[in-house]
Amino acid sequence: MLRRNFVKTVSAVAVTAALGLASFNALAAETIKVGILHSLSGTMAISETALKETVLMAIAEINSKGGVLGKQLEPVVVDPASNWPLFAEKARQLLSQDKVAVTFGCWTSVSRKSVLPVYKELNGLLFYPVQYEGEELEYNVFYTGAAPNQQAIPAVEYLMSKDGGSAKRFVLLGTDYVYPRTTNKILRAFLKSKGVADADIMEEYTPFGHSDYQTIIAKIKKFSSEGKRTAVISTINGDSNVPFYKELGNAGIKATDVPVVAFSVGEEELRGVDTKPLVGHLAAWNYFMTLKNPANDGFTRAYRAWAVKEKLPNADKAVTNDPMEATYIGVYMWKQAVEKAKSTDVDKVIAAMAGQTFKAPDGFTVKMDEKNHHLHKPVFIGEIRADGQFDVVWKTPGPIKAAPWSPYIPGNDKKKGEPEGK
Amino acid sequence: MRTIGAIVFGWLLSISGAHAAIDPALLTPLASAGNDAKITAITALVDAAQREALPVLKAMAKGSLALAGERVVIVDGEHVIDAATNTEIMPAPELTESIGINNRLRRELASTLASLRLFSNDREVRWDAAQELASGTDAELLPLLEKALASETDPEIKARLQMAHAQGSLASSDAAVRLNAVRVLGDSGDPNICQLLQALTEKNGDSWVEPDSAVRAAAGTSIRAIEKRLAFAENVGRAFTGVSLASILLLAALGLAITYGVMGVINMAHGELLMVGAYSAWAMQGVFQAYLPNLLDWYLLAAIPVGFLAAALVGVLMERVVIRHLYGRPLETLLATWGISLFLIQLARTVFGAQNVEVANPVWMAGGIEVLPNLLLPWNRIIIIGFSVAVLAAMWAILNLSRMGMFVRAVTQNRPMAGCVGVPTGRIDTMAFGLGAGIAGLGGVALSQIANVGPDMGQGYIVDSFMVVVLGGVGQLAGAVWAALGLGVLTKFLEGWTGAVVAKIAVLVIIIIFIQKRPQGLFALKGRFVES
Repeated sequence: MLRRNFVKTVSAVAVTAALGLASFNALAAETIKVGILHSLSGTMAISETALKETVLMAIAEINSKGGVLGKQLEPVVVDPASNWPLFAEKARQLLSQDKVAVTFGCWTSVSRKSVLPVYKELNGLLFYPVQYEGEELEYNVFYTGAAPNQQAIPAVEYLMSKDGGSAKRFVLLGTDYVYPRTTNKILRAFLKSKGVADADIMEEYTPFGHSDYQTIIAKIKKFSSEGKRTAVISTINGDSNVPFYKELGNAGIKATDVPVVAFSVGEEELRGVDTKPLVGHLAAWNYFMTLKNPANDGFTRAYRAWAVKEKLPNADKAVTNDPMEATYIGVYMWKQAVEKAKSTDVDKVIAAMAGQTFKAPDGFTVKMDEKNHHLHKPVFIGEIRADGQFDVVWKTPGPIKAAPWSPYIPGNDKKKGEPEGK
Repeated sequence: MRTIGAIVFGWLLSISGAHAAIDPALLTPLASAGNDAKITAITALVDAAQREALPVLKAMAKGSLALAGERVVIVDGEHVIDAATNTEIMPAPELTESIGINNRLRRELASTLASLRLFSNDREVRWDAAQELASGTDAELLPLLEKALASETDPEIKARLQMAHAQGSLASSDAAVRLNAVRVLGDSGDPNICQLLQALTEKNGDSWVEPDSAVRAAAGTSIRAIEKRLAFAENVGRAFTGVSLASILLLAALGLAITYGVMGVINMAHGELLMVGAYSAWAMQGVFQAYLPNLLDWYLLAAIPVGFLAAALVGVLMERVVIRHLYGRPLETLLATWGISLFLIQLARTVFGAQNVEVANPVWMAGGIEVLPNLLLPWNRIIIIGFSVAVLAAMWAILNLSRMGMFVRAVTQNRPMAGCVGVPTGRIDTMAFGLGAGIAGLGGVALSQIANVGPDMGQGYIVDSFMVVVLGGVGQLAGAVWAALGLGVLTKFLEGWTGAVVAKIAVLVIIIIFIQKRPQGLFALKGRFVES
């Protein structure tokens, strides 16, 4: 048996190699190229590496079931190294040199803003899988992460509710770039509309890769001692979260006194942290690994198996998180759209994306909005457990529609809920 | 919380020794959907079966309560214990649902448990309970606290309880009781109490929250007393964070103080030597995990010599292969070491992967020591400060007391003359460079405990390290110490004032101005040199 398989494999390899040599160009045309644009080094690698793996896994799944339109998908992985201008260069390379049909990529908003002009100029197609600040609606981009009304606003409403601890004072803490700044602008306006005074809001920023959070923690302690119940809203991104949470745990800030709710921290980021002192701190997402439903069981099992097979570091502790789920949804929705359009042509696929649905690991059938390029998603708020996973303590009854133009920013009411067409 | 005080008080009067089973009908509501229902269920449970409720509520606070069908059970690892009878169920039943709690319930459970524990025989347990109650008590607990105060003998716990009692008394209708309570609270150093008192001095519409003017005046005095204590604690805390940052800067820069400061080699790969040290800590953690899992908490001690040797080895190789051919040619040295730096980063990326690796804090470095009510000094910072002092002392001893240190000083002061009297200058160079690299490795081991360990980690420290050495004055260890201390405290002071982003810029501007005014740094080497 073994021997026969061996012979079979060898001959298959030989035939493939011969074919490949004989008609290299012909074979190349048989695949559809898919670009993966995630930082695999630098400060964002902690978050983005898992997204690359998710795309690769989804591609392998699709390929094993016969590919798309009878063609195999061929991943093209590049490493923009947490370097924002490099994102644009790599995007240009993917589009004009590799001629990818679609790109899955970016985490930080600054990287997305950096590649946007390239995708517009070359009419490419980008799937962006991370929650972000909104204020954007591009024809060439599909946003499979949350807009502020699908994450930030519900999280703050929860903190202000009786169950969330009736917080009256807020610390807005973030990394210094466009996403935290814009989100905090929206949150400040939102809090004001709820009657929170400016004196009860403290805004703090740290540079990318910041690792000394002693002063910030001391400030939070002081601020929380000056008045009513305080909550911290963290938009810290990347590997700074590890020293931040370590310091938080060591400084003895308990979630029952000053809860910290994070928008960019999930299961993956917490892998390197001892979460026992952090029990009860929160995160708001559209997916948690602990959700119980058949789609999620399949997804987590598949990713664990993938991690073991690919020998990823710490594969035995592999976790899934929200942006990974959003990535996974994105790949499958793109596949469905291509099949509907019967072409990988960017304009046709964009038209076919409207209204696509997918049975997502979040337990709902999520839908791509007909107009605004965003997903309808459910919102979950989870508390950190001692094992680094999250317990869902609050959720929306079903998916809600994204509002990329936040009503809390003046002038947005006049903006259209769909991208300027071509 | 509402009625717990009265309930527990009632329980005290009727303590029964028998350990009866809890009525399962009381337990099932703990699994209700809403938090309000859960809180009602907790109150009802404590009301009906105080003593037996303790293990159940403890389990609930830990999140280990679950449902097995209709039955509420406590999950303890492999064992499943029936919450009603407190006996293990064999064989373990299938768990249908775990009973989740959130922060609101956690708070609720904490004060309920504290009030139940006030009468424990264990001093530690009572102390924790009193501590918990002292930072948040309401009037319902007063009878219970009075009872506990009467039976409490330990003066420290008694003081805490009095504090809690005074908080409860603030709502009393008797002005004299309130006045007394406000005065007692003036001895506190707790920011929560300051908040509480502040509320008394505020106006609610036209009328005062506190109608009695004598109580208001006393509250004002108490607030000022507490604020004085708070301000003191805050300043101590700020100084501590400054010293802590200084210790990290010093550890990062000490190695460079030898290679650049003493030997004059502009070593751009210094940050990567730190990285080598940090990866050694990670590697030792892996070794301990695989071979000595019982001693895992002590891997860091083994990492210290390993980090030193690994970095020293890299340093010696660098010196032998590249740097020795470039002495006296600073520009080429700079370029060559920069190349080595890129090479080492890429090597780490290839060998260990581009992602950060996880280096866990040992248990003895987690948490902190509470010096004052609002001042908690984390152990990892304290240990790193101690470590940097130890490294500094060791280095001073090597340079000033050992024969090799004497040779190093001789070679750096006058190379030809040292050679003439028989000092093997070539070998001394190698050893000194290895020593500097090894010290950088030690710095890396320390950094692995507070910062991220990844291939690029060194890049973040190279600028800071050069800053410390240049500011301190080239060729001086004392200079590096003072410069690190100055930079650490200055940065922390500015951060507290302007935020981290502006502070970083401000520090750089200040250094540029300083170096312009005083190019030789804080301390200049005195004496005559061949070069000058």
